[in-house]
Amino acid sequence: MGKRVGLEVTVAVAEAVALCRIDMAGVYPITPQSHIAEHLSTLVADGKLDAEFMTVESEHSAMSAVIGASGAGARSYTATSSQGLMLMHELLPIASAMRLPITMAIANRAVSGPLNILNDHSDIMPQRDAGWIVVFAENGQEAIDLSIQAFKIAEHKDVMLPVSVNIDGFQLTHMVEPVEMPTQEDVDQFLPPFVPHATLHPARPVTMGAFAMSDYFTEIMKAKDEAVKNSKKVILAVWDEWAKMFDRSYKPVETYKADDADFLILTMGSMGETAQLAIDELRVKGVKAGLVKLRLWRPFPFAEIKAAIKNAKKLIVTDRAVSFGGPGGPVFSEIKSALYAETRRPAIYNYIYGLGGRDVTVHDFVGMFEKIIADTGNVAADTYEFWGVRE
Amino acid sequence: MIEVRWHGRGGQGAVTSVELLAVSAIAAGKYAQGFPSFGPERRGAPVAAFTRIDDKKINVRSGIYEPDIVLVLDSSLIGLVNVVDGLKPGGKIIVNTHKTPEEIRKDLNFNGSVATVDGTGIARQEMGVPIANTTMIGALLKVTGIMGLEAMKESVEHRFGRLAQKNLNAMKRAYDEIKIIN
Repeated sequence: MGKRVGLEVTVAVAEAVALCRIDMAGVYPITPQSHIAEHLSTLVADGKLDAEFMTVESEHSAMSAVIGASGAGARSYTATSSQGLMLMHELLPIASAMRLPITMAIANRAVSGPLNILNDHSDIMPQRDAGWIVVFAENGQEAIDLSIQAFKIAEHKDVMLPVSVNIDGFQLTHMVEPVEMPTQEDVDQFLPPFVPHATLHPARPVTMGAFAMSDYFTEIMKAKDEAVKNSKKVILAVWDEWAKMFDRSYKPVETYKADDADFLILTMGSMGETAQLAIDELRVKGVKAGLVKLRLWRPFPFAEIKAAIKNAKKLIVTDRAVSFGGPGGPVFSEIKSALYAETRRPAIYNYIYGLGGRDVTVHDFVGMFEKIIADTGNVAADTYEFWGVRE
Repeated sequence: MIEVRWHGRGGQGAVTSVELLAVSAIAAGKYAQGFPSFGPERRGAPVAAFTRIDDKKINVRSGIYEPDIVLVLDSSLIGLVNVVDGLKPGGKIIVNTHKTPEEIRKDLNFNGSVATVDGTGIARQEMGVPIANTTMIGALLKVTGIMGLEAMKESVEHRFGRLAQKNLNAMKRAYDEIKIIN
C-alpha cells in the first residue's frame, strides 16, 4: 500500500503515469493540464523516468506523435485540454481505428468562445464518437487510479483501444489534496509490460492505417463498434482486480443512497462529492434523495444505468455542456434514449450547470431537488434548463 | 472543518502557502484542500487562495464563501478588497501589518477577533526578502491551533532546501509575536 500524501492532482497524475513506466510522452502544455506536462518532463530530465519526452509544436502534433510511437510499440501517453483536444479531434478516430492503446488525460475545460480557461465538459463531449474509451474521475485519488488502470485496459489484447481519463480542470487539477500513491512494486505487479500486437519497424514492414473504400468501410466501422462495446468486459475485470489489490472499487455507474430514493440526481466528474453533501442534507429533512454517478461514458453502461434508476419517481440529469438547438445536454439525451423503451421510467429533468467554471454549491443541488419536487405535474420533465442563468 | 481565505497580490506566494499548509496538514494525518482562486494570475493584482482542513474526509468542492479565518498577506488590499466579506460570525482576521489589532479593527470597521503581526518586517530580518507568505503560516497556526509549528518542518524543507530553516525561523517569530484581540 502506498503512503497517503498531499499532492496537487496534476502532479499526482504525472507521478502515477511515471509509475506505469511509459516509453514515450508527447504533450503540448495547455491550462489547466500544463502541470502534467511540466512534471513529466521534470521526471524525465531528472532521470527518474526512462522515457522519451517529445516536445511538439501543437496538440495535433502531440496526438500524431503518440499515434506513431504507439504504432512502433511504445507505451505512449499524452494529456490535453479544451482547444488542445479540439485540435486533436481529427486524429482521435484514427487512433482508435488503428487500435492503438494510447492513454490520455483530459483536464476538462470549456471550449472557446468566448475564451475561458475554467472547467466544464464542452471539450470531451464533441469527442463522443471518436471510438475511445472515456472515463471520468471524481477526485484526485480516482484521477491517479484511473490513469494507471487506463494502460491495462487499453493494452489488453481484447481491447486495443485508446482511453481518455477526464479530470475536471481546476476543481481537480489544481487541488492539493490527500492521495494514496501506489508503490512502484504494486504498479509493476498490476500492470505487465506492453506487448504490442504489431509494430512498425523498418526490418519488418507492416501497413497500419490503410485505405478502405465502400467495400470494407462499413465492416471496419462495425468491428470498431464491437471493439468498444466488448471493452466493457475487460474494464470490469480490471476494476475488480484493482479493488482486490488496492481496496478501492470502481464501477461504470456508482450510487449513493440511491436504493430507496424517490428523487435522484446524476452527475459526472468532480461534482459528485458536492452533490453527495446535498443528499445528506435532504435526507436529514426526510427527502428520499439519492445520487447516481456516471463514471464510464464510453462504452455507455446501459444495463447499470437502468438498474440504478428504475425505482425512482424523478431523475435530474446534470450536464456540463450544451448541445445547441438540440434535445438538451449530451448526458441527458443519452440517458433519455437509454430509457426510451422502458415501460417504467422516472420523469427526467435536465439542468445544464457549471459552465466555464461557474461554481456549483451544495445549495445549488438542494435547489434542484426542491424544484423538481415542487413540479407535481411533471410539467418541466423532458425539458432542459440552464441552472442559475441570469436573464 | 476550518476554512481559510488568503488575500494577497500575485507573486506574494499565497498559493505556495496554501499548498505548504495542506501538504503539512495531510502529513500530520488530517484531511485538507489547498487551492488558488481559479483563473489567470497577474503579478501585483489582488489574488485569493483557499485552505480547508478537517479531521475527516472533505467532500465539498465548491468555493469558500463563508471562511472561518481570513488572512491578509498585503495590508494595502484593505479598502481595495472587502477582506471580511462572508466571514463567519465568530470568524477571525489575521493581517500582515505593523499596525496594532485595534488600528486594523478600526480600519476595517469590524468587531470580531483581529490579529496582527509585522510579517514583512520579520521576513526581511530573517530571510532578507519582503515576502511574508511562509512567515504568516506561523501566525495562522497560532490563531487557529490547527497544528503545531513542527508540522510544517518537512514540507518547508522539501520546498526550500537550504533556505528552509530561515523560513521556519520566520514562521516561529510570527507565531510568537502575533498580537490578538478578541
